[in-house]
Amino acid sequence: MFGLDKKHTNLLLLVLALVILAPFLLNPFPEGSGMAQFNAGYPDLMQRFVIFGIFAIGFNILFGLTGYLSFGHAAFLGVGSYAAMWMMKLLTMNIIPAIAVSVVVAGLFALLVGWISLRRSGIYFSILTLAFAQMSYALAYSVLTPITGGETGLQPKLQDPRILDGELAVGASPKANLFGLEMGASFEWSVGSWLFTFNVGYYVAAIAMLFAFYMAIRIFNSPFGMMLRAIKSNQQRLNYTGLNARPYTLAAFVVSGMYAGLAGGLMVAMDTQVGAERMFWTASGEVVLMTILGGAGTLIGPVLGAGMIKYMENIMSKINSTILHEWFAFLPDGLENFVVTLIYPFIGKGWNLTLGLIFMLVVIFLPGGLVEGGQRIAKLFKRKKPSSDTPDGKTTPAE
Amino acid sequence: MGILEIKNVGKRFGGLQALGDVNLSVAENSCHAIIGPNGAGKSTLLNVLVGKLIPDTGSVMFDGKSVLGRKPYEICQMGISRVFQTPEIFGDLSVMENMLIPCFAKRDGSFTPNAFMDLLKDREIVERAESMLEDMNMIDKRHMHAASMSRGDKRRLEIGMCLSQEPRLLLLDEPTAGMARADTNNTIDLLKQIKEERDITIAIIEHDMHVVFSLAERITVLAQGTPLVEDTPDKIKGHPKVREAYLGETQDAA
Repeated sequence: MFGLDKKHTNLLLLVLALVILAPFLLNPFPEGSGMAQFNAGYPDLMQRFVIFGIFAIGFNILFGLTGYLSFGHAAFLGVGSYAAMWMMKLLTMNIIPAIAVSVVVAGLFALLVGWISLRRSGIYFSILTLAFAQMSYALAYSVLTPITGGETGLQPKLQDPRILDGELAVGASPKANLFGLEMGASFEWSVGSWLFTFNVGYYVAAIAMLFAFYMAIRIFNSPFGMMLRAIKSNQQRLNYTGLNARPYTLAAFVVSGMYAGLAGGLMVAMDTQVGAERMFWTASGEVVLMTILGGAGTLIGPVLGAGMIKYMENIMSKINSTILHEWFAFLPDGLENFVVTLIYPFIGKGWNLTLGLIFMLVVIFLPGGLVEGGQRIAKLFKRKKPSSDTPDGKTTPAE
Repeated sequence: MGILEIKNVGKRFGGLQALGDVNLSVAENSCHAIIGPNGAGKSTLLNVLVGKLIPDTGSVMFDGKSVLGRKPYEICQMGISRVFQTPEIFGDLSVMENMLIPCFAKRDGSFTPNAFMDLLKDREIVERAESMLEDMNMIDKRHMHAASMSRGDKRRLEIGMCLSQEPRLLLLDEPTAGMARADTNNTIDLLKQIKEERDITIAIIEHDMHVVFSLAERITVLAQGTPLVEDTPDKIKGHPKVREAYLGETQDAA
């Protein structure tokens, strides 16, 4: 189907199912129950899952296939965001031109950065991309304030021209929409004590992610993708096989820059504001973490990595000491305080510490990331009981 | 007029004159060996031929066209393929993929942005790669991870990859270095077979006299960056200058 073989069609259908059903899958706990804080099925977070998924899928095309570690990909995300915002200010609040322009502008910027940075490889390439991203960040904060809004960033304003949109009704504010369908609009469905939210913006972003994922599969299975893997494996042999590595790496760089631009444009579509901090180097580092955590060079890995990091960032960080005390209330007082003191540094604001530990464990024991972990578990099950086909009721809340 | 004409090539690294004044002509469809003691400039000469080094003086013409100043991939597209001392293959890829890459390079040139084509649906390329794997007796290893093969197999694969570019000149840099005797003999047989079956010129740099005398039709002896003598293997064997410069120390070299 869609020009894919059976295995990849199944993978695409699986991702399709997960994405459509995400509002259910991510909300497994009833409202008001003690576990409800682990629910991730609210629009803002679901949008982030898919948008950062797109960002990581694109990054993986460069890093996972060619092995060139860019440390400045957030710059393309930021540039895409600014471009989208300007479309919303000048043309229309409809997200289509905004997203299209964000992809094109980020791609052009990636062409420039890649053309210069790809003169070097290894650590020097990484440093060059980092330098470009930090320059972009610094410029956005200072010299380019007329375009970027400097410290305050950009938001749609009532007095913006928006030449394609009609006059706003009195008292109305400009809202991102797709031909009138507002991104913020949600449909809530309550079943018993469960509450499921279906958000327009999420599904728009999800369609974009499915498209991005499909394109990534095509690239992975193409001769072009094989050449990119060959670059990572042995660039010397590639040169002596009559192939010019530079245009291949540059094309991969531009494609991954366009993915970042798409993610940036979608961010603006979901939440109409943009600031320079989106380009800061920690944002570039985050996508590196996502890709490696999930499994660099695998198709689904970056999406899993993005989901895991965003889940921890938003859910782990909400756990505070009061909640911990509730959890361990069954213990004797002294022990309860001791356990809470022990766990406290790893939750709330300390979620980064937990993430760091998980990252270290994955890199040391599962160099292939979460995907390798999944494969090992699958292998274990196959070996233990080759005949049985019941997965003993263990349902994994896959994201 | 040979297919490869090297004229007055000199290369200096700081105070070291790596190549003095090299003149060499390799005849089409011959097998030409370049031998010489360590530091004679064999590798420097090879790197000049493939575009890795640019000489200070002289000219290198391949099939009437200069190779100087061209990038390695351009020289390869002209029809010169190189086999490395340590087999250079795509270790992370499968054996089949290793063979597909040069087939694509041969047909589609140095860059083709074919990102939406399905790799294995390109029957022409797949068949060409499969037939080359059959020629190399490796078709049953097609799904193997290339890095996990033995050194002899890696060498075989590398030679096969070079051949599927259909080069006119095949450069071999000590193709049997570090190999066990059995693998060495297999490689010699393979090269002999290639020489018989294909219209191809082979230039070989080698330490192992057994390999040189089994394959070469002409031999150039290089010493201290300049060609000492050039002749047929039989004449080289007994040449007093060669004995003096070289042969005394190579009987046991592997």
